[in-house]
Amino acid sequence: MEKGGQMEIWVFAEQRGGELHKVSLELLGKAKELASKGGRVTAVLPGHDVKAISRSLINHGADRVLLADDPRLGIYRIIPYSLLLGGMIQDHRPDIFLMGATAMGVELAPRVAAKVKTGLSAHCIDLSLDSQGRLLQVVPGWGGGVVATVSCPEHRPQMATVMPGAMKALPPKEREGEIFEVAVELPDENLGPEVIEITQEKPQGLPLEKAEVVVAGGWGIGSRENWQLIQELASLLGGAVGATRPPVDEGWALEGQMIGQSGKTIRPRLYIGIGISGVMHHVVGMEGSDHIIAINSDPNAEIFETADVIVVEDFKKIIPPLIREIKNRLKKQGSSD
Amino acid sequence: MKRIIVCVKPVPDPKHWGRVSMDPDTMTLRREVIPSIVNPLDKHAIEAGLSVRDSFGGEVVLLSMAPPSAQPLLREGLAMGADRAVLLSDPVFAGSDTLATSLILAAGCRYIGDFDLIFLGNMSIDGSTAQVCSQLAELLGLPNVMHVTGLSWTNEGKVIITRKIENGFSKLVGIPPLVLSVRKELNKPRYVPFTGILAAESKEIRVLSNNDLKIDPSQIGLAGSPTKMAGLEIRRFERKRERLEGSPEEIVRKLMDKIYQIGVI
Ligand SMILES: Cc1cc2nc3c(=O)[nH]c(=O)nc-3n(C[C@H](O)[C@H](O)[C@H](O)COP(=O)(O)OP(=O)(O)OC[C@H]3O[C@@H](n4cnc5c(N)ncnc54)[C@H](O)[C@@H]3O)c2cc1C
Ligand SMILES: Nc1ncnc2c1ncn2[C@@H]1O[C@H](COP(=O)(O)O)[C@@H](O)[C@H]1O
Repeated sequence: MEKGGQMEIWVFAEQRGGELHKVSLELLGKAKELASKGGRVTAVLPGHDVKAISRSLINHGADRVLLADDPRLGIYRIIPYSLLLGGMIQDHRPDIFLMGATAMGVELAPRVAAKVKTGLSAHCIDLSLDSQGRLLQVVPGWGGGVVATVSCPEHRPQMATVMPGAMKALPPKEREGEIFEVAVELPDENLGPEVIEITQEKPQGLPLEKAEVVVAGGWGIGSRENWQLIQELASLLGGAVGATRPPVDEGWALEGQMIGQSGKTIRPRLYIGIGISGVMHHVVGMEGSDHIIAINSDPNAEIFETADVIVVEDFKKIIPPLIREIKNRLKKQGSSD
Repeated sequence: MKRIIVCVKPVPDPKHWGRVSMDPDTMTLRREVIPSIVNPLDKHAIEAGLSVRDSFGGEVVLLSMAPPSAQPLLREGLAMGADRAVLLSDPVFAGSDTLATSLILAAGCRYIGDFDLIFLGNMSIDGSTAQVCSQLAELLGLPNVMHVTGLSWTNEGKVIITRKIENGFSKLVGIPPLVLSVRKELNKPRYVPFTGILAAESKEIRVLSNNDLKIDPSQIGLAGSPTKMAGLEIRRFERKRERLEGSPEEIVRKLMDKIYQIGVI
């Protein structure tokens, strides 16, 4: 009984090539909050030669790290990873187990849940505890038009995958924490498909999730040339460029810039959406923004339902003069300093 | 190739999602008012199955857990070229979460038997859980790969799988039997010829109930689902919705003020 009546909350520390995915830090922030009424936060870190990551996990809120170091865990593969996590759950019986809704988490979490026969909710956008200390998992369905709260009353652990960007990481500071190395027992054979190649493209510019300002463009922008207006506005505001699906399909924007159900969840100080209709698929990814400005020539555009400031106008009449105005203002600010 | 199973899920047509309403007593959505379609990604899964069969032989069997009313949707897959379909339909299946659904589909796969590949869509548009692929594979004791965007075959019968990851791709090599869930980049679902629609009429859709599958009823349906619905709401957003009026020049000036107030410049 290692938890002595305390709630035991686990967070999967996802790394690829020794690089920690930031959703894991966001989950630690949330786990710490959930544990504030009495609980312990454990980061579970599988990999090879990744012990150095433990410090960052502790500084972001982990009370302890369970490190599973083995060459066979060096590159993510679903069979060894799910065998390992299933075994650890059976040994330690955590109450809650959270993973990022990343390419890896989305594949791995359901397999682990099926192995230990527990419930799992997908792509959560919020988590809280009810009065009895049970985990309430808020999940979007039907493209985000319906929001369900899911619980898992009788099975443990209560598992959830959480959208990257939906939770906030704690600011790192020196914290106390323990690192335990767990023994890794895996079969020698039948470990499933083998990874033979990994290709990564470099993400461009400021990562969306970190930006205070996001200027997002949609299909209404119309062309690659016009898309440069979006990029210019974003850079003047010190922000990042976001997109709906069509600009990504057209190649104006990169996959990593897509906001929404199959893209990223963002919560910047300011979101400006231009030429975007506001389908739920997109809106779920940006509705947490502090301020939302929407520019669309169609007075009935759905995005206006979700906007604080509404501009019904052709963006071509608004954005170029806006860019000039901002440049003027920045120039004045520069000269008065 | 002996046999390829493709999992096909009927989902409510997104064109009509605006009409969704809720039954406050049962906390369920009134789905009846919304027509169903084949989950869009499942057409890509069917295409994947058909193209493997076209190269290596064998048969393509569609598998769905759904009410009997799903039969016309399965006919669409048969018209694309699938050989036959199996529909798992029983009131005791109702209310299943992804784990219970996967258990039922796993029983269906075992009933069909002797398969080399199972294809699924990466995620469904209604629940969007993307959980069934991994859970089905775990319950069948087979490896799985999600986010599949490319498939090719070696001379030794191994399959090279390309899959999407964050900011890139990874390539894996695997040996059937495998469970694979596909993204839309994998292929273009084929055009259904009129002859296909005619041919589909005479293809078999076998409807199985739990009398055939004999799954412990405590493991499926609402009772067998670890996750429970604790609340359900149809989204309404509360935002200020302040419209800026005037000529473009006036709007730009007002916009500048707003952006300035927010404090980002
Ligand atoms: C399973 C699934 C997942 C999806 N996931 C996502 C996701 O994560 N993110 C996402 O974004 N999409 C997603 N989509 C796609 C989504 O359904 C919509 O197709 C998409 O969001 C629409 O993008 P849009 O608003 O840019 O384009 P449109 O809907 O075509 O809207 C363009 C808008 O531009 C306006 N416009 C045109 N010209 C001008 C002008 N000159 N000035 C001002 N306004 C103008 C029009 O009035 C219109 O409202 C998903 C779809 C599916 C099926
Ligand atoms: N009831 C079902 N019947 C058949 N296939 C299903 C069912 N539910 C899910 N699937 C398959 O699993 C995929 C992913 O669905 P989901 O996990 O619900 O997002 C779908 O694209 C289907 O291929």
